[in-house]
Amino acid sequence: MSTTLLKRRIWKDKSAHALMAILTISSLFLLIVMGVGLYLKSENILHEHSLWTLLTTTEWKPLKNVFGFLPFIMGTLWVTVLSILIALPISLLTAIFITENARPWVKHFVFPALDILAGIPSVVYGVWGTLIIVPWIADKVGPHFVDYTSGYTALAGGIVLGVMIIPVLVSLFVEIFSAVPQDFRDAATSLGATKWQTSRMIILRKALPGIVAAVVLAISKAFGETIAVLMVCGNMIQNPTSLFDSCYPLPALIANNYGEMLSVPLYESALMFAAFILFFIILIFNASSRILLQQIEKRFKL
Amino acid sequence: MKLKFIEEKIFNFLMLLSTFIVLAFLGSILWAIVKHGWPALNWDMVTKLPGGGFYIGKEGGVLNAIIGSFYIVGASTGLGLLISIPVVFYLNVYLKKKSRLAYFTRLSFDVLFGIPSIVYGAFAFTLMIYFGLRTSLLGGIIVITLLIIPIFIRSMDEVARQLPKDLLDATYSLGATRLETIKVVVRQIAPGIATATLLSVGRAIGDAAGVMFTAGFTDSIPTSLSQPAATLPLSIFFQLSSPTPEVRDRAYASALLLTIIVLILSLLGRFITNKFF
Repeated sequence: MSTTLLKRRIWKDKSAHALMAILTISSLFLLIVMGVGLYLKSENILHEHSLWTLLTTTEWKPLKNVFGFLPFIMGTLWVTVLSILIALPISLLTAIFITENARPWVKHFVFPALDILAGIPSVVYGVWGTLIIVPWIADKVGPHFVDYTSGYTALAGGIVLGVMIIPVLVSLFVEIFSAVPQDFRDAATSLGATKWQTSRMIILRKALPGIVAAVVLAISKAFGETIAVLMVCGNMIQNPTSLFDSCYPLPALIANNYGEMLSVPLYESALMFAAFILFFIILIFNASSRILLQQIEKRFKL
Repeated sequence: MKLKFIEEKIFNFLMLLSTFIVLAFLGSILWAIVKHGWPALNWDMVTKLPGGGFYIGKEGGVLNAIIGSFYIVGASTGLGLLISIPVVFYLNVYLKKKSRLAYFTRLSFDVLFGIPSIVYGAFAFTLMIYFGLRTSLLGGIIVITLLIIPIFIRSMDEVARQLPKDLLDATYSLGATRLETIKVVVRQIAPGIATATLLSVGRAIGDAAGVMFTAGFTDSIPTSLSQPAATLPLSIFFQLSSPTPEVRDRAYASALLLTIIVLILSLLGRFITNKFF
């Protein structure tokens, strides 16, 4: 009796083991299936046009079988670079302030604020962008630099995305800065360095790989953000030449055209190719920055 | 005064300034949403379906989107938990600390976590075409489940990794099989599961790009899995693109609703984290 019970328990354990292993391995395959699936879907367009033409021409006329992705790629680059330029200095200074200078009670309301910022859905960021940022650019900032701008610009996209990635950057930076051993700070202080000198010459330098990894992670978040940029960027197919031009990032292209996808030949394939580009770039960026972050974690622990 | 002290002063000011800017952004967002959303928010918004001519300013509400979001989020959170608890358990109890499989699984979930929802949406859409599915509640549930599994696993795994090894050894010494330690493990990481759930719900309810392709949009409440379903973020998006001011006001009110829901979830998450860790 007791042996059969034991056998049953062991059998249960073994079958659970197998089941969980299958579940884990299949979830591991999700990434691969996704990449392969998107690639297979975009193969049609890659057969007809060379990769180089697709990526470097600016004409986009799906009805005439002309697909140039450059305006969308440039749009994505513009908003991404802008968002990093806006978010990076603010996030770095905020994170140094929180870890090095601030009294403990400051954390008690900065962290929840960051939590909330991180949790606000992107569609709400989009609403905020159209309510505050777009009119601000159209009425206040734009007239100083250009004759006319609608406000739906690369700059608007950059600002909205910048605010969206600030919480990601700050929380990663705080984690990285806190990992720098206290001894370094003490040593610097004993040599007569001020707090800021310590932060600049010790903390920032020690944390540099971590900062790079965090920025790469933030870039990949900005890259894929869809609804918010769709709402504030203006979506005109052109290569933006100034901050006050409309742009049309890749994710917005996919989201805007999903309805018409099936009626035009190759159109679906073109959009899936856009999704594949996003997938591929983010895969590389994310994997490398995660590996880098792990290395850093290991180094500080030893 | 020495240069380094001047520098110190300047940067201290800049640091304070940027912290203030971050807080000001949050304030600006909340203020804008409340200011524009509050006047248009009324009881009809949350209790009525869109009536005829809703999108040109006639009466109605966004109950379809609230219920649709609720269905999708509820079902995918359930499914997500069902899939991710075994995976986390497997990673932490069955596999050794230095296992290659565990390493690659964690890495791939880290990467999946960063894949944008529009890519999930596009991928799920191709799958749906392949299997002959139309945009439906089921499609929405599938894509949101895929989207939140990495969040679930990452945040539960973080808690589970800190599980003391002694605890497992103690249960083994009492004769438990590895599977039977799940009773101890789950109880131990329960607050982690709660936080992960709130995080996932927050992300799932706010996601628009993923469901755009897969769940579609409708003015009625879906009665089966094969019908399309509306979601709150998409409803905001569609209402906002209307030229009629009344409809745009309702978009702001819906945005306020969504923000309130997300705020409650996030505060609850922080509360649980503070209480139990």
